Amino acid sequence: MATTADPTFTTALGRPTRLGVWRLRRLNILYVVTVALAVVFVFPMFWAVMSALKTPSEMYAFPPVVIPSSPRPYNFVEAFTDFPFARWYQNTLEVAILATLGTVLSSCLVAYGFARFNFRFKNLLFMLTLATMMLPSQVSLIPRYVLFHDLGWIDTLNPLIIPPWFGGSAFAIFLMRQFILTLPRELDEAALIDGASYPRILWDVLVPLCKPALATLAILTLIANWDSFLDPVVFLQSPAHFTVAIGIWYFKQQEFQVTPTDQLLMASAVTSMIPPILLFFAFQRYFVQGIVLTGLKE
Amino acid sequence: MERSTLSSAPKPPGRPLLAILVGGQSNQGARKALWGYLFIAPWLIGLLVFVAGPILASLYLSLTTYDILSAPRWVGLDNYRRAFFEDPLFWPSLGRTFYYAFVVVPLGLAGSLLLAQLLNQGLRATNLFRTAFFLPSLTPGVALSVLWLWLLNPKLGLANQILRPFGLGDFPWLTDSNTVIPSLILITLLTTTGGGSMLIFLAGLQGVPKELEEAATVDGAGRWMKFRHVTLPMITPTLFFNLVLGIIGALQAFTVAFVATNGGPDYGSWFIALHIYQQAFAYLRLGYGATLAWIFLVIVLLLTLVNFAFSRRWVFYRGGS
Repeated sequence: MATTADPTFTTALGRPTRLGVWRLRRLNILYVVTVALAVVFVFPMFWAVMSALKTPSEMYAFPPVVIPSSPRPYNFVEAFTDFPFARWYQNTLEVAILATLGTVLSSCLVAYGFARFNFRFKNLLFMLTLATMMLPSQVSLIPRYVLFHDLGWIDTLNPLIIPPWFGGSAFAIFLMRQFILTLPRELDEAALIDGASYPRILWDVLVPLCKPALATLAILTLIANWDSFLDPVVFLQSPAHFTVAIGIWYFKQQEFQVTPTDQLLMASAVTSMIPPILLFFAFQRYFVQGIVLTGLKE
Repeated sequence: MERSTLSSAPKPPGRPLLAILVGGQSNQGARKALWGYLFIAPWLIGLLVFVAGPILASLYLSLTTYDILSAPRWVGLDNYRRAFFEDPLFWPSLGRTFYYAFVVVPLGLAGSLLLAQLLNQGLRATNLFRTAFFLPSLTPGVALSVLWLWLLNPKLGLANQILRPFGLGDFPWLTDSNTVIPSLILITLLTTTGGGSMLIFLAGLQGVPKELEEAATVDGAGRWMKFRHVTLPMITPTLFFNLVLGIIGALQAFTVAFVATNGGPDYGSWFIALHIYQQAFAYLRLGYGATLAWIFLVIVLLLTLVNFAFSRRWVFYRGGS
């Protein structure tokens, strides 16, 4: 049997056999390939950070300047004073936090309903819910625009904040339902015998146990809202109401009208990358589990 | 499981009307079913108001001309005729979208699987590598667009400065209608291959029972044989999941093409999603935009159905069905 410490690869004296040598060589090749790929993936981001710290002349120098001689953090200040980035960050935070709160709270209710109750059309409704994950969002975009127009919500943050309070998304419901299904039903039943109502059971018994799933969902939703582009670009119109993503797009369109400002554009792009990356590093475990959970068969 | 809809099952005597309506076998069961409806009520409203309602409304709008300022005017199938026979941008935009999607999806899946395999070799610092592969997929699409626009700038970008000594320093990348889609494909691959699909593959690979691979080794299978005949069949459900969502996602490609090239040059990256956006929100042709969106929806649904139909031939679920 091929187990890790076995005579196929190591002689009695602890030296590698020929097969063992071959395996070591293969391991080295694997390391080289993996490191090379990691560099390929990370380098563009490294380059973005370096570019954000360059002077205009370093930006356009040939041969290219990799690391700026005197890094210029002032670029960030300049980007933030040339454009209302502070306002855009405030808007984005407002959207991301409120939309995430709505998604987490309402998807919890809905997931509890799907996981623990039997009612007519439950399976049909759940299949429908899953099916919506496969619909391109472009199809509902135009009528949603009309609806929000009639409600007077165009050019406000409402279209981005309010709909998530109605169940969040099919993805959120699916994630939470999968998690609740893994919790033993005896917990609910014991609480029920103790006289707890269903909302109490959800809030006092299940929600505390769902914390990992809730954290996962919150992080994924925050990042999705942070990155979101199509909905904001359609529903927001005046710069005062932009989110960061739309702000960078707006900045990019204004570019070169006065002076070359690529380093400032890079600085603003870099700042927009920071929050998702920080969230990722802070909650890496939840993050990976959450993505994996949705990809597994029920 | 009790199925209230099965009429052939013997009905319990005196099943209450409420239970027949909402489910359950008794008044108590019916009350519980009502609670179930109450809990999913927010989503029922959300589904109706923000998903199903708009999709149906979109079908209606697709049969009208509508500029939001005046009421929709019924034009029947006129918009569809226009899309299929008169709109010079419609078919090319679909073609481009398919070209992009059908290159990006297979390459992306193969790449994600390869990365997942590398992370599954028990290398030291695997966590670090996983983070490195994953980071670009965390970057907002807009930031990616401006970053890659800068990297691929034909005169000043790093890519051509590196290529220049090899005599390829004038590669046009995003600035030529022939190279813009391959460039977008490259950007997509370098930013999403290490994302969610890689993590899902990794979980799939970790779920393959070790005994199976060991048994194959005992039977004298080489690495490739083991991968091809043991690992790959075991992860077909994961592959299928990534394939379905990958195709749907790729067909909707929008942000990078919109921000970096705005559909250009010379309509070279004018994807169907851009066409819908442009018609509906730049020209306020909401009726025609809805038509394009519905045609797009039907195409996406058909592709997904074909995918599911074919999946019976190659997707292997443990424990049957």
